[in-house]
Amino acid sequence: MAHDHKPGFFTRWFMSTNHKDIGTLYIIFSIVAALFGGWFSMMMRHELGDPGLQLAENGQQWNVWITAHGLIMVFFVVMPGLIGGFGNWFVPLMIGAPDMAFPRLNNISFWLIVPAFLLLVASAFVGVGAGTGWTVYPPLSSLTGHPGASVDMAIFALHLAGASSILGAANFITTIFNMRAPGMTLHKMPLFVWSMLVTSFLLVLSLPVLGGAITMLLTDRNFGTHFFNPEGGGDPILYQHLFWFFGHPEVYIMILPAFGIVSHIVATFSRKPVFGYLGMAYAMVAIGFVGFIVWAHHMYTTGISVNTQAYFTAATLIIAVPTGIKIFSWIATMWGGSISFKTPMLWAIGFIFLFTVGGVTGVVLANAGMDTSLHDTYYVVAHFHYVLSLGAVFALFAGFYYWIGKMSGRQYPEWAGNLHFWVTFIGVNLVFFPQHFLGLAGMPRRYVDYPAPTIPEEMIGPFHNPIEKIKWIIANEDYGYHLWNYVSTLGAYISGFSVVIFLCVVFYTLFFGRKVGANYWDVEPQTMTFEWTLSSPPPFHQFEIQPTMK
Amino acid sequence: MKKITFWGMALFSFLSTVSTTFAEDDAAKPTQLGLHEAASPQMERISHFHNDLLMWVITVIVIFVTALLIWVMIRYNKKANPTPSKTTHHVMLEILWTVVPVVILIVIAVPSFKMLYYLDRTEEPDMTLKVTGYQWYWGYDYQDNEGVSFLSYMIPEDQIDESKGQRRLLSTDNPVVLPIDTNIQIIVTAADVIHSFTVPALGFKKDAVPGRLNETWVRIEKPGIYYGQCSEICGTNHAYMPIEIKAVTKEEFQEWLIEAKEKFAAVNDNSPLQIAALQGVK
Repeated sequence: MAHDHKPGFFTRWFMSTNHKDIGTLYIIFSIVAALFGGWFSMMMRHELGDPGLQLAENGQQWNVWITAHGLIMVFFVVMPGLIGGFGNWFVPLMIGAPDMAFPRLNNISFWLIVPAFLLLVASAFVGVGAGTGWTVYPPLSSLTGHPGASVDMAIFALHLAGASSILGAANFITTIFNMRAPGMTLHKMPLFVWSMLVTSFLLVLSLPVLGGAITMLLTDRNFGTHFFNPEGGGDPILYQHLFWFFGHPEVYIMILPAFGIVSHIVATFSRKPVFGYLGMAYAMVAIGFVGFIVWAHHMYTTGISVNTQAYFTAATLIIAVPTGIKIFSWIATMWGGSISFKTPMLWAIGFIFLFTVGGVTGVVLANAGMDTSLHDTYYVVAHFHYVLSLGAVFALFAGFYYWIGKMSGRQYPEWAGNLHFWVTFIGVNLVFFPQHFLGLAGMPRRYVDYPAPTIPEEMIGPFHNPIEKIKWIIANEDYGYHLWNYVSTLGAYISGFSVVIFLCVVFYTLFFGRKVGANYWDVEPQTMTFEWTLSSPPPFHQFEIQPTMK
Repeated sequence: MKKITFWGMALFSFLSTVSTTFAEDDAAKPTQLGLHEAASPQMERISHFHNDLLMWVITVIVIFVTALLIWVMIRYNKKANPTPSKTTHHVMLEILWTVVPVVILIVIAVPSFKMLYYLDRTEEPDMTLKVTGYQWYWGYDYQDNEGVSFLSYMIPEDQIDESKGQRRLLSTDNPVVLPIDTNIQIIVTAADVIHSFTVPALGFKKDAVPGRLNETWVRIEKPGIYYGQCSEICGTNHAYMPIEIKAVTKEEFQEWLIEAKEKFAAVNDNSPLQIAALQGVK
């Protein structure tokens, strides 16, 4: 656009107050962090491919990997990608606003998360590293379990990431409540904006509790308090209550924006408005509300009373109702539609299917009695990766392919997007489906090594004919968890390859992609949102004439 | 014996039954797809609840959703249906897909609660076993009569003797010997960080939390060796503190008690257990 006055490179990217530029920074950050988090996954799966130690020197090093993997994926990949990235880019565009309500606040939200990430990565190189799991339970995270400075660094990383998210959430709430185009009442607001509104409230209400919990942990570690130390009258279980009062809303913080994105994509490619719009919006509000009263279902085995367990079982089961409404409404949106299977739609349909699989195992785990068998086993790992790794991450890719033309002005090659989808779909299912079997058979999570006979040197490693190796395992091993771990690891190599495909698609698109116009998906008037009325990419400052909604 | 497998239900959507022959212990088999074979009324209820109710419900739901997705993809793709309909509401349908899940959840919740309260504790324990988690081994106290106390460490990989049926990462130097057909109250605590005491085939799992005494119970039905592994991350050797239970008849248990009192008496005077316990008090 000729009338744009873009600042110079440094001012534009390091001092940015423009919501689109900050959104872009978040997306780049998220992809970079995902490469780190993904690298840890690859090392973990390679380690577990065979019994015995392959890469890790000891259990502590392994614990550092799983901790880093979890924290990176939650705080530095999914949240910055969905909320900071797509939220920043598309909330103002969808509500017809020129920018976020507080552009400078937006800037500091982003620039807090970078040092947070650096602190977390650095903590792995201090002393023995932080091997506490992403939950950072004391006393393992207290001086008893981790005397070095690494846990303190991880706590500071969480403080900064939390502050970043709280500021971002306050910004979204203000923007959405005050800056909608004339005529756009709450009940006419696009579902992605609804999802960001609910997510922001969850962030503002839950993150301070995490901040409190880890600050108490910090003073326990450094200033002689005894909040979580039984010898001083404290209680480790108090930390778990505080952590999960944040932790459970946190998982909905990661999935609600995904719901919003999937709703838009399903409507666009079915050429039909979303079925049961109000039900969809209020299902998200209901999920957000119920998300605050189910936290102790992560703590069934900690010794909480049986009546408490019964309550949390009942409350947790209820979540299946609004979630079911969403699944059925997406299918009803497709029903009677005229569906085209472009790459974003493939990811969205993949999301609906995989989220259903992850959802039903959630119903199994909701039962406190059943949890006696499954708590802290690979069944839990399979469950939450089906809803996050195959749910939230699928939505990240769906949103990326849906909007990359809008954000960059260039379109990805359709065949390459398809290839990326199918390789990822096969890879991640191969990784996580067998983990249900491991969990039912009792394999605990967070294990550097598992029971299985010692195997001869020549059978170790990934460079075997997989079919031959599987046959060998079945013929030669009479106990242990080797078989499904090996299959899961094979899936990880395929998933790793899919990441390479994705990076190629990104570079090709940004440099050689076909240029596209304003409404390159031919979004129908009845499903139109404001972002499709703007050029691709949108002007540096959009909506100089305020749009209105009929 | 017949065993319902996860694979048959989840992948091929029909029930396949395979006969499984167990060796002398219950370590997981490489091709195992489902829960361990139950060796206690606790685990029998869990298995029944999972295999005969939950697996059916979740399999039917996944198949139903998948079938709907496949149907809309075939019937309502661009070629088959060039003009999209304009329907965006259907009140009856929306009520239906809210109410039916509620009914399904109630069907799940009622047996779930019954089981939960059954698993909680026993009113009439015949004996008590106190379990203490340490980094990275377990301490066991038989608190009835004069009592027996000992520690149980994993047998290191290089000392595993397969000919004795020892299992890598599962076998311990001192298995916990327990009588069958006895209501055993289990008290769980920890001395340093949180651990979790569980044996899959016996259907119990309780976190060992420092400063707390948690309670659960078990009644073992068959003699045999049962394995479990620490189930709460506890530091560098989290994967190396297994639980090995040797279930014997009541008579054999009485004989073992007499032997154990002698065997562990000498060690008990200045065992690490007592030293650790003392340190905990300070």
